[in-house]
Amino acid sequence: MARITLDHIRHAYGPNPKSDADYALREVDHEWRDGGAYALLGPSGCGKTTLLNIISGLLQPSHGRILFDGQDVTNLSTQARNIAQVFQFPVIYDTMTVYDNLAFPLRNRRVPEPEVDRRVRDILEMIDLGGMAKRKAQGLTADQKQKISLGRGLVRNDVNAILFDEPLTVIDPHMKWVLRSQLKRLHKQFGFTMVYVTHDQTEALTFADKVVVMYEGQIVQIGTPAELFERPSHTFVGYFIGSPGMNVLPVQLQGNAVRIGSETLSLDYAPQAAAGAKTELGIRPEFVNIGREGMPVTVNRVEDIGRQKIVRATFAGQPIAIVVTEDSEIPADARVTFDPAAINIYANSWRVGREG
Amino acid sequence: MLELRNAAKMVGGEYHIHATNLAFEKGTLNVLLGPTLSGKTSLMRLMAGLDRPTSGSVHFDGVDVTGMPVQKRNVAMVYQQFINYPALTVYENIASPMRISGKDTATIDREVRKAAELLRLTPYLDRTPLNLSGGQQQRTALARALVKNASLVLMDEPLANLDYKLREELRAELPRIFAQSGAIFVYATTEPSEALLLGGNTATLSEGHVTQFGPTIAVYRNPLDLVTAKTFADPPLNFMDVIKAGGSFQRQGADILPVPAHLDDMADGPVTIAFHPHHLALSPQTQTAAKLQARTQVSEITGSESFVHMDFDGVRWVMLAHGIHNIDPDTEVDIYLDTRHVMAFGTDGRAIATGAKA
Repeated sequence: MARITLDHIRHAYGPNPKSDADYALREVDHEWRDGGAYALLGPSGCGKTTLLNIISGLLQPSHGRILFDGQDVTNLSTQARNIAQVFQFPVIYDTMTVYDNLAFPLRNRRVPEPEVDRRVRDILEMIDLGGMAKRKAQGLTADQKQKISLGRGLVRNDVNAILFDEPLTVIDPHMKWVLRSQLKRLHKQFGFTMVYVTHDQTEALTFADKVVVMYEGQIVQIGTPAELFERPSHTFVGYFIGSPGMNVLPVQLQGNAVRIGSETLSLDYAPQAAAGAKTELGIRPEFVNIGREGMPVTVNRVEDIGRQKIVRATFAGQPIAIVVTEDSEIPADARVTFDPAAINIYANSWRVGREG
Repeated sequence: MLELRNAAKMVGGEYHIHATNLAFEKGTLNVLLGPTLSGKTSLMRLMAGLDRPTSGSVHFDGVDVTGMPVQKRNVAMVYQQFINYPALTVYENIASPMRISGKDTATIDREVRKAAELLRLTPYLDRTPLNLSGGQQQRTALARALVKNASLVLMDEPLANLDYKLREELRAELPRIFAQSGAIFVYATTEPSEALLLGGNTATLSEGHVTQFGPTIAVYRNPLDLVTAKTFADPPLNFMDVIKAGGSFQRQGADILPVPAHLDDMADGPVTIAFHPHHLALSPQTQTAAKLQARTQVSEITGSESFVHMDFDGVRWVMLAHGIHNIDPDTEVDIYLDTRHVMAFGTDGRAIATGAKA
């Protein structure tokens, strides 16, 4: 497995890019550690697949270099980079048995047959297709085929990295749980360097040690799931991570306090923002407490979604979402408080911290 | 009202849909929830008239429409793949069913603009679909289904190909759109959380059987059998086979759990108890929490919560705990089960009781 260095990478699909808008990938300059599990998370068109294709060698970046363990691989083909890939849709040989499909990448590399057998059986058990080893892949369901694709990605242990491009899209929700936790366990066990592209926040957060959030061709934050949740560095991260996303309310800064409509909230620090900047307060629905204390709020609707309720309300003229547990009662004359530790302040969409 | 009366569908000697009775009222949203191949699409095809039931009948407002082809029925369909006319503008895409039915230009214009407003497509009316995001393309397909003024709108996993966040937004908008339309909506999904966000009624499907039908939240909280409970759980439900003996549930003769008050009346003997992952915790959250011991496997952190996979006496469980708990695999931990929410199922799979708050 390898450390991956992304050295000032930019990419434009068209010739002669002039402005930032011409770049599908604006500037990526990061080092990903050996054995790390990274998720690239973002909406369609954010550049995550472009970045993955640059790592795999399917795409040559317009600028910058990519290094595996310090060795420049920018001009190497996908094959020469020695990586395993799993795609959104199954890529397998229909005429081969399930067993032979899994054995293929190993036999290709002339791994001795007893070793092939041992690895293939391990993988068969992991993907729960042990009983189908001798069946032809043809005629299996889409999710069984995708499990074989996943298995093929994992069967070799001598690759530099394993790249996953939305691998669980065609898998049923119940099976997703099983496969995801097995991937995670494999990662802990063997320390593969894994890069996993998805637009599903649950997949990204549960899979990765570090989640790379992308938006409009750039990385807006790389962080642990907890960092992304508690300290989103950009309002987009606050919106994209969490269901519902973070509440973002326009505010005026007044030293150690912020004003939202006619309400004033005091902070234990004075956030700094350039004159004329758009200033906002971010608070996650989980950290808004609804009860009889605090600032007035108008409850518009309560959605019972089983394990919790989402309260849709209006606060200081702004829509706000509040998450409460399934057993909570909402008082008629409801009021809210914000957990002070969970408040983030943003200037022109970027977080301004205590450091100023 | 749309009714299926003992409607069944056989293909090649196999039941795709077993004899089914269902009735959907006007102005309601009805979710068909079940895994791939459970029969959701087959059931929709019977409702639409795309397929004729092998036995039984389909009625619309009391009239038997069993043999009536789909063209003669007032039905609109939205599929997982976004289907639009690529050469037409969004405006013309939405207008197309009304052009075919020969509506006058003024009516068409009024209806297109109304649907566009409802689906937030007004700024894109002059664009062609390929210049739109996936969410906007699917909203265009939805708008076309709405202006058709169909009395039955069938949607087969309409949001499955969209980004997570777009799905969240459209799911939040759909109930409002449905409420304004007055048609019967049928919405197929594999995801329990989607059913819960949409609300309305839910029919759970498993292997061609409708296992339960009722208000969505009621089916979720009070499943009538184990199959329904499993179908309607994401993250998956936790189970344990136990013997009820007086005041305790036992395994291999050892007391595991005290029997909670809402299960007191149950006869002694073997039962399966089940509960959702969020009713397990790492510390006692309520008076009714019972302490158990388990061995951890993998922990998954979502930012504010943790999924802790564990092994309890050879059974695989998942805990959804508040906060960040990155517990090393193979650690013995004390866990607390909120027994008020424990459901019990008999050996025949039928529910005996489904939680104190039922």
